[in-house]
Amino acid sequence: MGRQMTGADIVVQALKDQGVDTVFGYPGGAVLPIYDAIFQQNDIRHILVRHEQGATHAAEGYARSTGKPGVVLVTSGPGATNAVTGLTDALMDSIPLIVLTGQVPSFMIGSDAFQEADTVGITRPCTKHNWLVKDTDKLAGTIHEAFHVATSGRPGPVLIDIPKDVQFANGKYVAPAKADLGHYQPQVKGDKDAIIALVDLMEKSERPVLYTGGGVINSGKGASLLLRELVKATNFPVTSTLMGLGAYPASGDNWLGMLGMHGTYEANMAMHDCDLMICVGARFDDRITGRIDAFSPKSKKVHIDIDPSSINKVIHVDVPILGDIGHVLEDLMKIWKSRGRKVKTVEIKKWHAQIDEWRAVNCLSYKNSEKIIKPQYALQRLEALTKDMDRYVTTEVGQHQMWAAQYLGFEEPHRWMTSGGLGTMGYGLPASVGTQIAHPDSLVINVAGDASWLMNMQEMGTAVQYRAPVKQFILNNERLGMVRQWQELLHGERYSHSWSESLPDFVKLAEAFGGKGIQCTDPAKLDDAIIEMLEYDGPVIFDCIVEKHENCFPMIPSGKAHNEMLMGDADTQNAIDGGGAVLV
Amino acid sequence: MNAVKLKKGTSSHSAYDLKSFIGDTEETHTLAVLVDNEAGVLARVIGLFSGRGYNIESLTVAEVDHEGNRSRITIVTTGTPSIIEQIKAQLGRMIPVYEVHDLTVEGPSVERELALFKVLGMGEKRVEALRTAQIFRASVVDSTLESFVFELTGTPEKIDAFAEMMRPLGLNDVARTGVAAIARGT
Repeated sequence: MGRQMTGADIVVQALKDQGVDTVFGYPGGAVLPIYDAIFQQNDIRHILVRHEQGATHAAEGYARSTGKPGVVLVTSGPGATNAVTGLTDALMDSIPLIVLTGQVPSFMIGSDAFQEADTVGITRPCTKHNWLVKDTDKLAGTIHEAFHVATSGRPGPVLIDIPKDVQFANGKYVAPAKADLGHYQPQVKGDKDAIIALVDLMEKSERPVLYTGGGVINSGKGASLLLRELVKATNFPVTSTLMGLGAYPASGDNWLGMLGMHGTYEANMAMHDCDLMICVGARFDDRITGRIDAFSPKSKKVHIDIDPSSINKVIHVDVPILGDIGHVLEDLMKIWKSRGRKVKTVEIKKWHAQIDEWRAVNCLSYKNSEKIIKPQYALQRLEALTKDMDRYVTTEVGQHQMWAAQYLGFEEPHRWMTSGGLGTMGYGLPASVGTQIAHPDSLVINVAGDASWLMNMQEMGTAVQYRAPVKQFILNNERLGMVRQWQELLHGERYSHSWSESLPDFVKLAEAFGGKGIQCTDPAKLDDAIIEMLEYDGPVIFDCIVEKHENCFPMIPSGKAHNEMLMGDADTQNAIDGGGAVLV
Repeated sequence: MNAVKLKKGTSSHSAYDLKSFIGDTEETHTLAVLVDNEAGVLARVIGLFSGRGYNIESLTVAEVDHEGNRSRITIVTTGTPSIIEQIKAQLGRMIPVYEVHDLTVEGPSVERELALFKVLGMGEKRVEALRTAQIFRASVVDSTLESFVFELTGTPEKIDAFAEMMRPLGLNDVARTGVAAIARGT
């Protein structure tokens, strides 16, 4: 028999028993009992955001930088609908979130009550699963099941909708160990025969490539270590999606850089010409594959993934391995070692020589300027001045995000928190706050664009309130840079609504929030300005005025193959034909 | 490669026994999905189909195990082989789903649908309708001087055929349940 307590106390007790130390939220009528319970305890810290979307992204920053689930508490109606973007973002990137929403009392559901919305209906397609709890006795069990669902298998966001009368009523509390977690038990061990098939291919391959993704990060630290061991032992080259950066260190000998639409030349050429592609926890997203029928035509493809629906969804693979990356890599190493650690050493050396030729193209080079700060230069200087620090980086979405992925190096997993699948402008600032709350003594930088940053700028207030010394590094080109780039390439240079009119004075804005503002326009003064930002003990908005019409290269245009990259502005004439233009 | 058995909760469908992806001809498959009988579960399944652009030709759902709180959803869907595989994998990973069976490929199965037909008519047409109903072994469940309601159980094809026959004889209204299907044998 469990203890009797109110639904609100059950929520707080269940969160404590799940090891939650931080909740991001915003109160309102339908969650007042839970806020009352939070008021009367000291174990869980509540971070008051300025907008519910900010709460979800902050929780994502917390989750992505710790590997633990992020927890959000918001009210009914608009509180819940404002959380939808963050839920969708977390679903696309497989980030574990537990979102608790208040709901109007159960006897008023369906009456169009004040601040009523069909929260489980609205969030059904943007959560891994959701629940409406109508019985206080079932509340504790549902919360424990929700943590189980969010964190096992392919992680994702879950939502629990709790009517106000359920929060007030008494019910019995069930501890996590005694809760019924339901029948959801995804398979983590890979099929041995499939792993042996992969070892066969590894032993014969002359041009292998490892294509890694967010699944390696989600699988935990052990998976990254195993990946590094695998690369070191086999000498296979390794590339990664945007989501997987840091799983293999950027300083590693076998690192090709990121692949895909704005990936490096060497990574994309290696993908195109390889004879064995080992996809480790990635999902053949359209930003990665380019034109499907021209995708890596000469390779055998192996796909390791925990989600059966990811396998053969876009690209038909020769060897699917269903399981958790850490478990599969561990078994893979065991089997490969037991068979004598065989690889085609000589051929792989030749393959590396070919890759070095591609690398010599130096695809990330750009024309620097002494008069105006180039965005690439700004990020190179930021990298040079912060790479040895205990650093976490979030981004907004757009050109700056791609440049950050290209010019910043990540040595460890959980250090790079970006909105990949959904591409959510306005994600970076709140995510940086959530990351900083989780790592109060580390350096947290949000690489931003001026347009994205404004979308959730109210969270600067949260940063100041909680003394979260986040550094907002805004590459200000007074443009919606990526939109502008696509309009240049695809829409005859008709720049429809892609510039930022009436931008605020970011220095004054920082001061108005109670933070520090720094503006830099001169390349010669950039280093000093960055150092000033780093040395300031508090939140900073860094307004880096950059070249307005810089394009992000390399670029695989929509509808083109990996070996049809645009390397710079000179390549862009008629780069995208009619077929590609309809793609996003 | 051996087929692996997925644990309950993901899907009984295996990623390893995939059919060839070559060819883009549309196929019709009958899927039986065992789910928790919880609020909103049908909306989840339908939402998956509409959200991802899959077809539903017919759908039936009812509780089949009161003690175990399970419902069975029978879905007839069409798509290319790769789409059918996607549908099964997407269904299989839903939290309230216990099992997904593709009755079209898992061996012989029987499919039945029940339909009610209202036929209006007098004189010779009325007699002809009744005679045709007897051939199809449809039963009369309601009758007035000017109408019959026939009940017919059978494969969807048989029901289509009966509807075709009744049309010139005064067919006025049809109610169909959609397909219920089950594997043959043990």
